[in-house]
Amino acid sequence: MSAFAWIRRLGHWGLNCCARVGRAGIFLFLTIFRFPRPVRSFPLLVEQIYVEGVLSLSIIVVSGLFIGMVVGLQGYNTLSKFNATQQLGNLIALSVVRELGPVVTALLFAGRAGSALTAEIGLMKATEQLASMEMMGIDPLWRVISPRFWAGVISLPMLAAIFSIVAILGGYLIGVKWLGVDAGAFWNNMQSSVDFKIDVFNGWIKSCVFGVVVTWIAVFQGYDCEPTSEGISRATTHSVVYASLIVLGLDFILTTMMMGGW
Amino acid sequence: MRDNWVVIKDLSYYRAGKPIFKKVNFNIPQGKITAIMGPSGCGKTTLLRLIGGQLSPRRGEIFVNEKNIPRLSRRQLYHARQDMGLLFQSGALFTNLSVFENVAFPLREHTHLPEEFIHDLVLLKLEAVGLRGARNLMPYALSGGMARRVALARTIVFDPKLIMYDEPFTGLDPLSMGAISKLIKELNEILGVTSILVSHDVQETLKIADYVYMISEGHIMGEGTPEEITKHTSPWIQQFIRGLPDGVVRFHYPAQNYQEDLLGES
Repeated sequence: MSAFAWIRRLGHWGLNCCARVGRAGIFLFLTIFRFPRPVRSFPLLVEQIYVEGVLSLSIIVVSGLFIGMVVGLQGYNTLSKFNATQQLGNLIALSVVRELGPVVTALLFAGRAGSALTAEIGLMKATEQLASMEMMGIDPLWRVISPRFWAGVISLPMLAAIFSIVAILGGYLIGVKWLGVDAGAFWNNMQSSVDFKIDVFNGWIKSCVFGVVVTWIAVFQGYDCEPTSEGISRATTHSVVYASLIVLGLDFILTTMMMGGW
Repeated sequence: MRDNWVVIKDLSYYRAGKPIFKKVNFNIPQGKITAIMGPSGCGKTTLLRLIGGQLSPRRGEIFVNEKNIPRLSRRQLYHARQDMGLLFQSGALFTNLSVFENVAFPLREHTHLPEEFIHDLVLLKLEAVGLRGARNLMPYALSGGMARRVALARTIVFDPKLIMYDEPFTGLDPLSMGAISKLIKELNEILGVTSILVSHDVQETLKIADYVYMISEGHIMGEGTPEEITKHTSPWIQQFIRGLPDGVVRFHYPAQNYQEDLLGES
């Protein structure tokens, strides 16, 4: 292939990427700035919070428990080298509340609820359900996309909070009940070192941002997919891969900003 | 009373650089069944989507009830669509809703009617398509013909002024085809709606249509009443309505000389 063909292909790819980002931006704008219809929207929102949030609880709780237990075990082994096992409580709490809670919950949410959202919306597009809704004079952005988007934005911070609580309990079980760390020291050190504004609030901000990004990617991938079985399959994969990478990248940027690096 | 409900002027539409329509004009008379016929891939469904505002033309005007569809705002377009109905080839029923809920869906979304009124209205429409007894079934439990009849009931639940049918006869057995054909004719006569019927089923379409447009390769190849189309002198139209495999439209896709092709391979 000649150099010109490569340049042309690169330019084509670049233009496609720009067009896609532009479409995604307009899509988010139209989804967020819908004319509110509280009476009709509320039941749809509650239904989607159940589908995306409540049905994701089991995977979040189980993952939170095991991750908390692993952090407890690893932390104890490291801290015992410095005779600082009393600090296990704050090590677990800070790791979980600042980083693991928002990030792992967002990754699990992208895999469990995000992929399901993409596949569902993609299939509705492929079977012309979205087109038929448009022809009935019902905007699918309002009826289908908006409740799913807001349900994700509301659910993810709640799931992250539950993940953090369960992970701390998992760490407590390993550190205090199994390895014999003093319970008073465990909770007291945690309480004194975890700051609500710096740690808990910043973790909550992170999970809110991840909620917007992961759900936006999921609903857009479904809405913009090629309406074939291969297209839906590709969109579902892209949904999880893009969401995971962007969550990890954004986590670094947000952490840097919160630590005052910027 | 105006003569034409839909007027299309100098319509040009391109897909991936390929022309689908090149400056074509259509007039769809009010209260009649107008058939759009042509081979697969000639743009029949695209035309319906252009009329419904789901696609935008590169050039030209599409007037539906004197509203220029491509020039409407998003809000005006959604409002204008409440007077239109499109029966999709697949039926496009909502898979998570029962037959009853599918038909009730537009009523629930657009009105604040009491539940008893919605119940009666939905049963009325289901009775019209002969599926009142199937109201509790889910879409996966319906045959292709039944799904299309439920979709038709949903399309007419709001009493649209214009109904567009996208390949309503495709993939149906003769009984279902007859039922759909009868329903289209009856709806047109009883409700007085303007109907656009897109199909390549020659016999069934010519039986119920009042006026026919034949399209291919971005142009109108011929138009007229079913009798005029049957007697049309165009070899292309004659080949199409008789279903002849070879003629003006070649059986073989353009290729290099057969002998040279074979020898070249060896």
